[in-house]
Amino acid sequence: MERIPILKMGEFLLVTIQVDMHDRLALTLQDDLTEMIVKNRAHGVLIDISALEVVDSFIGRMLGNIASVSRVLDAATVVVGMQPAVAITLVELGLSLPGVRTALNVEKGMELLRVSLAAPNGHADRQK
Amino acid sequence: MAMPIVKSEWWPVRSGEDIVRVRQIVRRWAVELGFGLVDQTKIVTAASEIARNTVDYGGGGEVLVESLSENARRGLRLVFEDKGPGIQNIDEALKDGFTTSRGLGLGLGGARRLATEFSVESRPGEGTRVSLTRWK
Amino acid sequence: MRGTSSRLPEIIAKHEQDLLDQWIKEQTSSATRRPDLLSEADLREQSRALLNGIRNAIQRGRLDDITGSEWQTVRDVLNEVSRAQAQMGFSPSEMATFVFSLKQPLFARLRAEIRETDPLVDEMWAASTLLDKLGLHTTEVYQKSREEVILRQQQDMLELSTPVVELWDGVLALPLIGTLDSARTQVVMENLLEKIVQTGAGIAIVDITGVPTVDTLVAQHLLKTVAAARLMGADCIISGIRPQIAQTIVHLGVDLGSVITKASLADAFVVALQRTGATINKGH
Repeated sequence: MERIPILKMGEFLLVTIQVDMHDRLALTLQDDLTEMIVKNRAHGVLIDISALEVVDSFIGRMLGNIASVSRVLDAATVVVGMQPAVAITLVELGLSLPGVRTALNVEKGMELLRVSLAAPNGHADRQK
Repeated sequence: MAMPIVKSEWWPVRSGEDIVRVRQIVRRWAVELGFGLVDQTKIVTAASEIARNTVDYGGGGEVLVESLSENARRGLRLVFEDKGPGIQNIDEALKDGFTTSRGLGLGLGGARRLATEFSVESRPGEGTRVSLTRWK
Repeated sequence: MRGTSSRLPEIIAKHEQDLLDQWIKEQTSSATRRPDLLSEADLREQSRALLNGIRNAIQRGRLDDITGSEWQTVRDVLNEVSRAQAQMGFSPSEMATFVFSLKQPLFARLRAEIRETDPLVDEMWAASTLLDKLGLHTTEVYQKSREEVILRQQQDMLELSTPVVELWDGVLALPLIGTLDSARTQVVMENLLEKIVQTGAGIAIVDITGVPTVDTLVAQHLLKTVAAARLMGADCIISGIRPQIAQTIVHLGVDLGSVITKASLADAFVVALQRTGATINKGH
């Protein structure tokens, strides 16, 4: 079965979503990520959605879930690369992605993760 | 008022794969109609929401995709139909009780905001029909 | 009917001046005449050039095919006239009158010159078809020109509306000027979000000092843009809120939530710089 690859980058994990995911694929990604966070003792997860042209409530919920589960496992999540059209649509949809930090690109996302790890309680001030 | 339908197609909405395909079809039609990127994204996302409802709550159904032409303007209309349990309280469903953590968010209110024209017909036990249109 | 067998070239040549006068009279007395956009002198010159071109073309080429090289001069005249009129704002009917109004004088002349019914009908039919083709050609050129004009206007509008400035590395500013309507605001805001992605700027200052009034729709667009920017990973500061606008915002019940607002663009810039970790040192 197809899976979305998860890359290990130091103490962070990087996921690049490039396909229009159907539900099963999204749930598999959640499971895979959770496993890998534990296995690698990762402290940060970067989800690159710069190739996603549509983010509906289901994907939004998935991102929120990943952030919540990661936090329980002591890892921070940053979603990067949201396209303007997607952002505008999400706002209209009424989806605010609580608990999900965002950054413009992978580089800034990593910076954000490093900063949040350096802070004493691991929470940067950019939480939504 | 006559609303000339230029092209129309029925597509099944019964599985997760169908939801993905509906998104692609709506995107293609929107591009053909010359919708800008933001308008495309809005109608595709709205379609995804309703398609998901149709599969998850309606027991599966179909969608009629139509491209419209009225005077100078062009539009894209989607009519989702299912023979599922129907919606108990439409007003309630349209409210913004929509959060990311609870699974009950029906996405109806959100989809309505993304469309130019929107209508819901449903009665408990008699299925549901959701029609949404986005004009260019 | 090949040009050589038709009597049109000979008839037009023999009565060119007369035809020209009649044709001009048709045009100037027509309901579609636009003396405000086209002077009579120019109209005469255009008509003379076209009639002359038609005569030459028929003599040397086919009557039924205007795409040949013999018709180049005629097409050039028509292209020039159509484009100019499209840009001046002529309506399609006003512009089409140019060619079609030649029919009447030409037919009248043909009737006077040709006594036999069959040849007369043939010539009139050939002439009519020819002028129809030329008329259609002008319509197509006109259409294309109109589209170009509209496209260019849209570009201009877009450029005027989207003056996003990079104030500093990672800091964008969007000074909005003039009344904002819903459509314009949406375009401007989408453009700002695009620029944020392109430049990788973490902060965007939207300055509304130059905006006299803000209604609910515009306020909502502004807030939606701020929310969208946040979702993407950038922050927005709204600056330049005048007293009246502040009151309107409160009166309309618009909730600014956690959006940072500053009185002036300068104040906003200072905050933005601080956010990026820069410090401002006054010179010695």
